[in-house]
Amino acid sequence: MSAVDVRNVSKRYGATTALDRVSLAFPNGSFFALLGPSGSGKTTLLRALAGFVEPDEGMILIDDQDVARIPSFRRNIGMVFQNYALFPHMSVFDNVAFGLTVRRMPRADVRQRVGEILELVRLDGLDQRKPRQLSGGQQQRVALARALVTEPRVLLLDEPLGALDKKLRQDMQGELKRIQRTVGITTIFVTHDQEEALTLSDRIAIIDEGRLIQVGEPGDVYDRPHTRFAASFLGDANFLSGPVRDSGIMVDRVGHIATTSPLPAGDATIAVRPERIRLVACDAATQDNRIEGRVAERVFSGASLTYTVHTDAGPLRVLRQNADGDVIDIGERVALVWLADHSVVVEN
Amino acid sequence: MNQARWMVLASEGAGRLWLFLVLLFLYLPILVLAVMGLNDSVHYTLPFTFTTRWYEDLAGNERLLQASVNSVAVALANTLIATTLGTMAALAFARYRFRGRTALQLLLFPPITIPWLIIGTSMLVLFFWTGIGRGLHAMLLGHVALSLPYVIIVVGARLASIGPELGEAAASLGATPFQSLVRVQLPVMAPGIVAAALFAFAVSFDQFVISYFLAPPGVSVLPVEIFSAIRKGFTPEVNAISTIMIVVSMTALLLFARLSKFGGER
Repeated sequence: MSAVDVRNVSKRYGATTALDRVSLAFPNGSFFALLGPSGSGKTTLLRALAGFVEPDEGMILIDDQDVARIPSFRRNIGMVFQNYALFPHMSVFDNVAFGLTVRRMPRADVRQRVGEILELVRLDGLDQRKPRQLSGGQQQRVALARALVTEPRVLLLDEPLGALDKKLRQDMQGELKRIQRTVGITTIFVTHDQEEALTLSDRIAIIDEGRLIQVGEPGDVYDRPHTRFAASFLGDANFLSGPVRDSGIMVDRVGHIATTSPLPAGDATIAVRPERIRLVACDAATQDNRIEGRVAERVFSGASLTYTVHTDAGPLRVLRQNADGDVIDIGERVALVWLADHSVVVEN
Repeated sequence: MNQARWMVLASEGAGRLWLFLVLLFLYLPILVLAVMGLNDSVHYTLPFTFTTRWYEDLAGNERLLQASVNSVAVALANTLIATTLGTMAALAFARYRFRGRTALQLLLFPPITIPWLIIGTSMLVLFFWTGIGRGLHAMLLGHVALSLPYVIIVVGARLASIGPELGEAAASLGATPFQSLVRVQLPVMAPGIVAAALFAFAVSFDQFVISYFLAPPGVSVLPVEIFSAIRKGFTPEVNAISTIMIVVSMTALLLFARLSKFGGER
């Protein structure tokens, strides 16, 4: 069952199309990432769900009720803003209690519910502080508690971790996941950070230029990107193009590259993830695919190294774990080999 | 003491001297005015002889007292009306997109630069034509029109620094637009509103030209009354009333500034 269902939603601002007939179902209880570059329309979609943007066309169903023309305050949503948007003149307690007091809940109940939710986000004891007296991570938790306390149908997060530094961000990722699981709420979050989308969500929708490019579980979208954009935005990819020939393509000056994916007629593009390619000596045994080249560049990033190898098909990137500490020198001739399974056919 | 250290001290000293001169330039005339209000000579001659008789005389000066009461009443009414209307307008400009918004916003600025003499004349003509006539009500109308741009600009600046997110957050939490206004928007805007109210009060309280044009014989506000007193030849009673007004308005201003941090961050 879908908690939230977006059907054919379009939104134009003058000549630019922010959303172009987007249809997307958000399953009940899912942790859903809307991933795309800035200006892709992902934020517009989230704001349309929140009720801050009215779509020109289409329906937005929350629990099978079309809310596209219902104002935010009647939608029963929870939202965490990029800058948290905490009420600066209220204490932590009053911030969190806000959604309950505007619903005229009795005082005693408010106190109990706020206490419970502050405990859930591990902020008990700070309830009389003002937002400006809190650290970024604590403010984030207040914003989360405030959005959850009303038990909304759906939780919307706008770049939730964007304002935090790296270490805190990793901690908060874990926290966010724990809280989402505890509450079991359908959660939709916008991010341009592919790593955040992969680690946090159980479903990813890739959005570009107002259009939905691909939806699926993170592993599927990563392993089977449908388009060149999806392959390069979620993770890194090498691309090879050429005319289709017996379950593969013919690449100029390189030869046959095999794939197990179904191929279109005519020309096709194949994507290969840098970590799926193995670097071997030129005389080593080959795999399904093999291209020789010369190491041109090497980027060391601790746990792994990224090599750029110049081949007849152009520069290709290869990621290699820094497992045994041996490093290939620049200028050395190597062979790049990979399995046909790892050649993914993508649309251009 | 080395030379660099000496230079720093010298430049600090020069800075302090400059600041002192600026303050002196601003406050010396006011200080002289206040001191002369306590001097026994009608013709402002020295030597200084302390007296409170001008303040005592003031208590019997019906005209000056009535003018002061009028001034305060008009200024307070103006503050209330202009701040309310201006805050509503600033909210509309900041949060809604409507036809003619930009044009309306641009039209706020010219009245600030148009000479008061011209505005006063045109108001007089308009009020005469429309039958509004002259009097305290006409002054109030004129003052409200004059204060509105200031209020809208001051409150608008505060709103611009807040952004729309707080209102959106309130709405996402189920607050109706009215609840959002009362519980979130207005409290957050408060420093800006207080600063704007001060502006509105000052615009009305200081206003001479328009008040002069719109004052019928027998009805007066303080600046107009002081002006006519000066023309007739005046006594230090004028100093006394001016001193009282300055003390009252400066105390109010300092109090508000302290409470509101003058529209800055709380």
